[in-house]
Amino acid sequence: MIEEFDDKTPIYLQLVNIFKMSIANGTWPIGGRVDTVRDLAIQYQVNPNTVQRSLSELERENLVFSERTSGRYITKDAGVVREIRTNLAAKKISEYAEQMSLLGFGSDEILAMTARYLSEGNIGG
Amino acid sequence: MSMILIENLNKCFGPKEVLKNMDLSLASGQIVGLVGPNGSGKTTLLKILAGLTSDYTGNIRIGGQPLGVETKAMVSYLPEKTYVSDWMRCVDAIDYFNDFYSDFDRIKAMEMLAQLRLDPKQRIKTMSKGMQEKLQLTLVMGRQARVYLLDEPIGGVDPATRSVILDAVLKQYSEDSLMIFATHLIADVERIFDRVIFLGFGEIKLHDEVDKIREKYGKSVDEVFREVFSCLVSL
Repeated sequence: MIEEFDDKTPIYLQLVNIFKMSIANGTWPIGGRVDTVRDLAIQYQVNPNTVQRSLSELERENLVFSERTSGRYITKDAGVVREIRTNLAAKKISEYAEQMSLLGFGSDEILAMTARYLSEGNIGG
Repeated sequence: MSMILIENLNKCFGPKEVLKNMDLSLASGQIVGLVGPNGSGKTTLLKILAGLTSDYTGNIRIGGQPLGVETKAMVSYLPEKTYVSDWMRCVDAIDYFNDFYSDFDRIKAMEMLAQLRLDPKQRIKTMSKGMQEKLQLTLVMGRQARVYLLDEPIGGVDPATRSVILDAVLKQYSEDSLMIFATHLIADVERIFDRVIFLGFGEIKLHDEVDKIREKYGKSVDEVFREVFSCLVSL
């Protein structure tokens, strides 16, 4: 299935987030080789220069580095990967907490409902 | 250096101005979307660049050369209407192109036929519209050209075929070539463009990089296009 992009933000930024997610969850393994720009462009059906721009951004953030002759590699630093994972999680949690509180739920309720959902697969009555 | 340079291009069909005072410079290593409503001049512009229409005024250079035999050898053109003789089989059309163009890669073209699931021995007149379009795309992409001019390559094809065609365009991309993709269907295609040119009533209304348009307007190119052209239409 071809990845859907939202309409509002630059595609290269959306790709950066998608790639960060892949690094965070290990789809792009620590120390592993990054696919070529061409392969990624075809995989995501996106302009190759846009892919290039996203990868340059990841390099800037030290998540990916270039080996002059052999291509690009994901960072070997597990601490860095842990950090992206934590940052992405923090973002998700804060979005979730805010939306739940907009529905009128207090912190204790949110905690209880979430715990119930995770252990039983539903949030009860 | 620009791969395509256009200065003060004017083209009329009788009293009708179809392209007006057009200035444009495009470098290699890009996929450029040429978008506009039907009748905006896209096909006319591509035909001029392909060397098929010489009745215009202005200065045009492709790869530094004026339009002529040399530029025709550099340019691979996919017209909107299929033009391959329908008595031919796919493999005949491929052999014909192979004879005619020195930059044609027969092996690559045959591989592409297989990937597109076309039977080399099938007669073109027995092929569906979608299959003929895929064959034509194969002929155009089988060449190692400096400029690819694609006129509505995804018009009238189903979404699966569309995806296959877009993949072929992305595979063909190279830093040494320039691809111009004319279409009025922007929404699903803008992601493969480096930049877009909005053509309206023969004039360039907007010309910018896709991501810059999104940054500036906070909207997709498709949405900006609709706004720009609804203004024009209501004048």
